[in-house]
This record gives sequence, C-alpha cells and structure tokens, in this order.
Amino acid sequence: MFDVCFHVTSATESPVIEQETRAQEEFDRPWQVVVHNDPINLMTYVTMVFQKVFGFTREKAEQHMLEVHRDGRSIVWSGLRERAELYVQQLHGYLLLATLERAH
Amino acid sequence: MEIRRHREVLEISELDPFLAELLRQIPESTKAEGVEAAERRLYSAPADPQEAELCAEWKIYVEPELRRLFQSSTETVTEDLKPLNGKSKPFANCSLHIPLKHAEAWLNALNQARLVIASKFGFSEGELCDHYRSPIGSRRDLSLFQVNFYGFLQEFILQETNGRSPGAASSEEKK
Repeated sequence: MFDVCFHVTSATESPVIEQETRAQEEFDRPWQVVVHNDPINLMTYVTMVFQKVFGFTREKAEQHMLEVHRDGRSIVWSGLRERAELYVQQLHGYLLLATLERAH
Repeated sequence: MEIRRHREVLEISELDPFLAELLRQIPESTKAEGVEAAERRLYSAPADPQEAELCAEWKIYVEPELRRLFQSSTETVTEDLKPLNGKSKPFANCSLHIPLKHAEAWLNALNQARLVIASKFGFSEGELCDHYRSPIGSRRDLSLFQVNFYGFLQEFILQETNGRSPGAASSEEKK
C-alpha cells in the first residue's frame, strides 16, 4: 500500500515539478518592447512619447525614433514580462504601434 | 490663422470659418465605430497572434482602459471647442483658447482623429508626405488636408510643451 502510494505520488509530482521549472524559465525569459513604423505618428510626437514613457534623453529617444522610421521597428526596452506589458499599454495609450516579443 | 502661446494658454486666433469647422470636427473624427480598419489601428494587438492568451487578456483588461482614456481626451477637447459653437456671426473669424494643461488630451484626440481618418481613406505614406498637394478637389483631398492640419496643430502643441516649461515667457510665436 505504501509502495503503491509512493509510486502514485511520485508519478504525479514529477511532471508538476518539471512544469514548474519550465514555467519559471518562461517567467525569467526577457521580453522585448518593440515599436513599429507608422506613417501617421509625427516624428516629434514619437520622440516625446519615448522620453515620457521610458525617461530617455532627447538624443536616445531620437535614435530610437529614427530606427523605427528607417528600419520599420526598434526594440525600445527588454526585461520582465509584467513591466513590458505595462510599457506596451502606455505606448498604446499614446497610440503608437507597439508589441511585446519574447527575446531570442 | 495665428497661433501663439500666452503663458498657460495656447491661442489660435484669426481662425477662418473653414478651419474653425475642421477644428469642430475633431471629436466626430475620433469615432472609429463601424470602421474595422480604424478600430484595428486604435486598438492594435499587443503581440503576435500566436500569443493567444496574452492577446485575449489584453482585450478583457487593457482595451477598456484605453477606450476610457481616449474618450476622456475627446471629452476635454469637446469642452475646449465649445466657444466655436453657436457663434452669432457664422462667417466671421474667431479665436480658440487651449489651456496648456489640456495639451496631452489635445495631442491624443488629434492623433485619434488622424489615425481614424487615415484608416478610413487608406492613405498611403506617399500621400501623407505630399504637403504640396492642391487644390482640394474631392472628399479624399479634404480628408488628407484635415489629417495634415491636425498634424500641424500637434507639431505646434509639441513645440510649445516640449521646448518650454509651463510658466515660461509667452512665445508670441506666429504660425
């Protein structure tokens, strides 16, 4: 009885531990905040938004804005998912095209 | 039309009836309902569709907040535009005063309007950058002019709120 119980318990617990480890890895894996090009938003507006949301200097904000304009996208931040979601929400509030992506 | 900043207020004076009408249309122009492309643009996906759970949660929890934010900005602008309504001389030039503390709401509402109009008409990047297009010969031309006029206002508001801190000397700048 004991043996049976032991096997059943270990059989059910092992995958859970594995799953938890995987979930933890997913949780720790950085996410990127990506801003995409948009012909409507003014360059000066995008620069201002980067300064406000991320606290960038004007120079850094302009660099990212120009990268968006030139390359179609710019990774403006990377880190934990929860924070990245908050940034994307703020960027959407300013009507910028922004997405979350898992870092490679 | 003249635009200048007087302390904590942006003043748009010598507004002819045509431009005044375009300003009056800002709140109406922000309405994306019924235009799928505009809805998609205002409430764009936060991630690749493969991130199904994230996108679904976004619709439930974040989108309503964005709707409230956009609505609130539009209401502020609607309130500021009230002096343009019910003028006794409909063909006379008029003025509009925008408190500087409403600048963010104006930037937001103008952006909503520009995005919605551009989505409705599907303007290309080339059309949007063609600032020498004239004269206005169709509804499409008029809407493109509207998008550019709103963009011009955004530029001015940004210049006055970014370049100078509130409380700085009035600019007396003419546009």
